[in-house]
Amino acid sequence: MKVTRHGRPFGSCVNSCCLRLENVSVRLQGEPILEDVSFHLHCGEIAALIGPNGAGKSSLFRCILGQMPYSGSITFSPADGPALHLDSEGGDAAATNASRPLVGYVPQTPSFDRGDPVSVLDFFTAATDKWPVWLPVPKYLRQRAELCLARVHGEELLDKPMGALSGGELQRVLLALALEPVPSILILDEPLSGIDIEGAHQLTAMLDEIRSNFDLSIFLSTHDFATLEGFAEKVLLLNRKILKSGPPNVVLSSPEFYDTFHLKLGTEGRR
Amino acid sequence: MELWYSLVDLLPFAWSQPGSMYFMKNALLAVLVISPLFGLLSTMVVQSRMSFFSDALGHSAFTGMAIGSICGAVDSTMAAVAFAVLFAVLFNVVRRHSALASDTVIGVFSSTAVALGIFLSTLGGRSFTKFNALLIGDILSVEPGKLGLLAIILALVFILWAVSFNQLMLSAVHPALAHSRGIQIFWQETLFSCAIAVVVTLSMTWVGLLVINSLLVLPAAASRNLARTMAQYHLLSVVGALVCGVAGLMTSYYIGSSAGAAITLYLAVWFFLSFLLRKQG
Repeated sequence: MKVTRHGRPFGSCVNSCCLRLENVSVRLQGEPILEDVSFHLHCGEIAALIGPNGAGKSSLFRCILGQMPYSGSITFSPADGPALHLDSEGGDAAATNASRPLVGYVPQTPSFDRGDPVSVLDFFTAATDKWPVWLPVPKYLRQRAELCLARVHGEELLDKPMGALSGGELQRVLLALALEPVPSILILDEPLSGIDIEGAHQLTAMLDEIRSNFDLSIFLSTHDFATLEGFAEKVLLLNRKILKSGPPNVVLSSPEFYDTFHLKLGTEGRR
Repeated sequence: MELWYSLVDLLPFAWSQPGSMYFMKNALLAVLVISPLFGLLSTMVVQSRMSFFSDALGHSAFTGMAIGSICGAVDSTMAAVAFAVLFAVLFNVVRRHSALASDTVIGVFSSTAVALGIFLSTLGGRSFTKFNALLIGDILSVEPGKLGLLAIILALVFILWAVSFNQLMLSAVHPALAHSRGIQIFWQETLFSCAIAVVVTLSMTWVGLLVINSLLVLPAAASRNLARTMAQYHLLSVVGALVCGVAGLMTSYYIGSSAGAAITLYLAVWFFLSFLLRKQG
């Protein structure tokens, strides 16, 4: 049986829940965005969130990040700390645990102008340290940024302008940033969009490596169904509600999946 | 000031002879304080696409002056500073709670401020002419007392930059990422807008309402053409503003035009030069 680094079996909820959502609902101007979303994310698990555009994927992430008010409850139980409840007003998940932040977040690729005078080193330092980056960055911070980028095999990107990075390179920089300091849960919003097949394979391999090196749970949204099998342990199909959840092969062959994406049963529905 | 005067006396210009032309010496010091201030603020104005906002702030400063002179405030500049800060805070609150695009909100505020300013300053059939000076500005009218105030503001902006710049930059680049790292975006933006409000209002009398926004846009715009890192961006912006500031003041002295306009023209030349030399790739 596949087990986590804690020796717990995957799929078992006994003391291994890292993130627990119970009946999370969100309404915006009277419109339901999320309805009664409940699921558990286990320690060391990779889970993928799929669903059509407007299904509420980003809203769900924003609730977990404490950036959006919701009803219901969201609880964190990091492997090395006590359980924490987030209030429905959205407490600051990133700041609740000083020793190890709960959530690391890799946003959808932000837009950088090609001419933006922001180097990777500037960006990294601005996000992780108090040293004002309008002054030349000192050597010790440079070395630290280099070490962090090494986690995503991106040391050579240090002096490149952010605007000159390719989609895959930008993802790696954002990933390195989300891992400094190392969180308990890593959330990635559409990390596979805008990168080619080769880049997608590199990224999923890297995420798998990160998961085992740092013993963290990974929760990501994607439209790239082909990469899910053999990578994610759990897939959640969301369209305002959780329509189906389970291992990739179960969810991707379910009637709910075909209905949601307007596919005919029996045709090849995967990209 | 004595120290400054004795320093300037060493310069080889006709106006720098000891015991004369104090207005020019004050103006030179004012340029040396104002231009790095604008060079510094300019970097973030351009980075966070706020050039339209700073333009609107200039208009609100004028309205503040009109309110100040109506209320018979001892110093209408202080009333203008207070109004501009209020304008900046209100703008940030409305932008945060509205679904409108930020340039639309700026447009609403800007037109309201201008209309209110013109309405108040022409109330009871009064002539608008006394405000003409504000539009063009006169750097030679700078007083030593105001210079001290400006120097304090420069120091405060440096402190703000040292403490807040990283958060401000991240908020501009990616608000959701900044928020996930515990940055209070609203307060960062409000603090920055207030800093622009204070600086624009205080220097409007000398630089002129019509050209003041160019000082908040051109130094960083030129610098972006060449810089690859934040440190280079700031250095080029501040040095560019300083050199153009001094050159503009000298030119206006010798050919007798408005200093604010001359400084802006030098900055424009610097921008086009940097455009020709711009980094590739």
